[in-house]
Amino acid sequence: MFGYILQRLLAAIPVMGFVALFVFLLLRLTPGDPAAIIAGDTATPEQLEAIRDSLGLNDPFFVQFFNWIGQLLQGDFGTSILSGKPVIELIQARMEPTISLALTTIILSVVIAVPLGVIAAWKHGTLIDRFVMLLSVVGFSVPVFVIGYLMISLFSMQLNWFPVQGFRPIGDGLGPFLQRIALPTFTLTLLYIALIARITRTSMLEILGDDYIRTARAKGLPESRVLMRHALRNCSVPIITVIGIGFALIISGVVVTESVFNLPGLGRLTVDAVLARDYPVIQAVILLASLIYVVINLLIDIAYVLLDPRIRYS
Amino acid sequence: MTGQTTTVAPRETISPFAKVRDIVLSSPIVMVATALLAIIVLAAIFAPWIVPHDPVRLTPSVRLKPPNEEYWLGTDAFGRDLFSRIITGGRISLVIGVGAAIAAVAAGLLLGLLAGYIRWMDALLMRMVDGLMAIPNVLLAIAIVSLWGASLWTVLFAITIPEVPRVVRLVRSVVLSAREEPYVEAAIAAGSSTWLIMRRHLVPNTVAPLIIQGTYICASAILTEAILSFLGAGINPETPSWGNIMAEGRIYFQINPGIVLWPGLVVSVAILSINLLGDAVRDALDPRMAQRGIDR
Repeated sequence: MFGYILQRLLAAIPVMGFVALFVFLLLRLTPGDPAAIIAGDTATPEQLEAIRDSLGLNDPFFVQFFNWIGQLLQGDFGTSILSGKPVIELIQARMEPTISLALTTIILSVVIAVPLGVIAAWKHGTLIDRFVMLLSVVGFSVPVFVIGYLMISLFSMQLNWFPVQGFRPIGDGLGPFLQRIALPTFTLTLLYIALIARITRTSMLEILGDDYIRTARAKGLPESRVLMRHALRNCSVPIITVIGIGFALIISGVVVTESVFNLPGLGRLTVDAVLARDYPVIQAVILLASLIYVVINLLIDIAYVLLDPRIRYS
Repeated sequence: MTGQTTTVAPRETISPFAKVRDIVLSSPIVMVATALLAIIVLAAIFAPWIVPHDPVRLTPSVRLKPPNEEYWLGTDAFGRDLFSRIITGGRISLVIGVGAAIAAVAAGLLLGLLAGYIRWMDALLMRMVDGLMAIPNVLLAIAIVSLWGASLWTVLFAITIPEVPRVVRLVRSVVLSAREEPYVEAAIAAGSSTWLIMRRHLVPNTVAPLIIQGTYICASAILTEAILSFLGAGINPETPSWGNIMAEGRIYFQINPGIVLWPGLVVSVAILSINLLGDAVRDALDPRMAQRGIDR
């Protein structure tokens, strides 16, 4: 098993390497002077020269790339054009709202979507099943920000249940935190429910047709036990997998949701960076998001072994 | 498939028209989706001739008017007719949806064939695909647009790139299973060139899954375009597109929510219809395909 974990760990390195290479190439392939893009429109010739120096633009391509990787590994993500601060500081300051939103979304989605998927598969072909399927197609089709504005319009403007915008850290108390994170979470949850309910339903349907389910029913087990103990447990691998794959979707969704609800998180940071063409920040957010995605999927690969004893890895 | 050297055994063929008709008529939901999509597409195509007002003309005297007899959905902050703008905005979204679907399928087909059939390229290409898939698509598109500027071509490119990896994986999996088939082995044994094997034996296997995947990409591209424009990283804000209209309406949401919600409704209906059609095509072509990894 440790061999397997090591093997997965090693496999993640080239993936991150390609992400870094891609982000690196994107800047170098842009027509014009990369130093000018990094420096922004207001840079003086001296500043440009300094940036050219620090980027090592006169070095051979691969020397540039590996020097840059070296800097990244030391936590040096460059300097923001907009604020002049180190990018890593900006990111640290914006982590909390983003992580809060991502976590509340994942928790709420799983709590809602898994039972929905189970019921849809169990009542296959009924009205409930169709409703869940329709809900999941709708979740894929309505842009996140449209859902967000519908939520604001209904719950904040008409019913006055929640504040329209803003964020309070959880340190300020659970009440204010939940009150402000609720609408963004509901917004993003619909998208994620669609993904998880769909895969839960599909894998449950497949498993409910298996012989051992018929056996379990034949020996007189209560239906709830058949569903939970025998069927759902065997679906855990595809469900966990899709939660991991869907994480990239959540990050994209968080960027949009944060700007609808004015949450001061990484998404807002990214959008502000786009408007100012602050490439060092965008680059760092991409690297960070991809790293988190890769790590989460690595953990999920490892979780397979724990969840499903049938899976043996050499 | 129509070269002189090809001899195709006669087989039962249903005309493509009948196939499409069967798919459309397969359920009431699909019929409604098709009808709605047809209205949106026709309205977009004929927009210049049917809009009641010029979608870009500024009329400061009628700023932010609620819906009335002259302006059916009201006006935006510059006094432009919302209804005309939404109809015109569909043109950009649909061009990007169809363009991204074609481009991503073409690129993914080529790379997938190479990865699936040529062994030494497989590891390299698949690591690249894994790397690309690790980058959230909106972030990737944002990065490309912010570097290269927001022309229609850049936005199309930025939206297409994140869609390619899934097509590559799909084509590769089809090719990997097809290359074990006796007819492919026979072709290899008979000394057919790699190019001929790909064109005649492998590509035809990918057609059905690619049509389905292409539909989903079209829907996803329209969604991404709306998100990019909404975030201010889409095409030129002067051009009416669904995302741009909503982006401009954000500030005035509390005064006239319709500026965000009407285009939001239209874009949602368009994407929903395309997705439902995609599901119907999938069910018609191969009910088991859903389990073979063709999913959004």
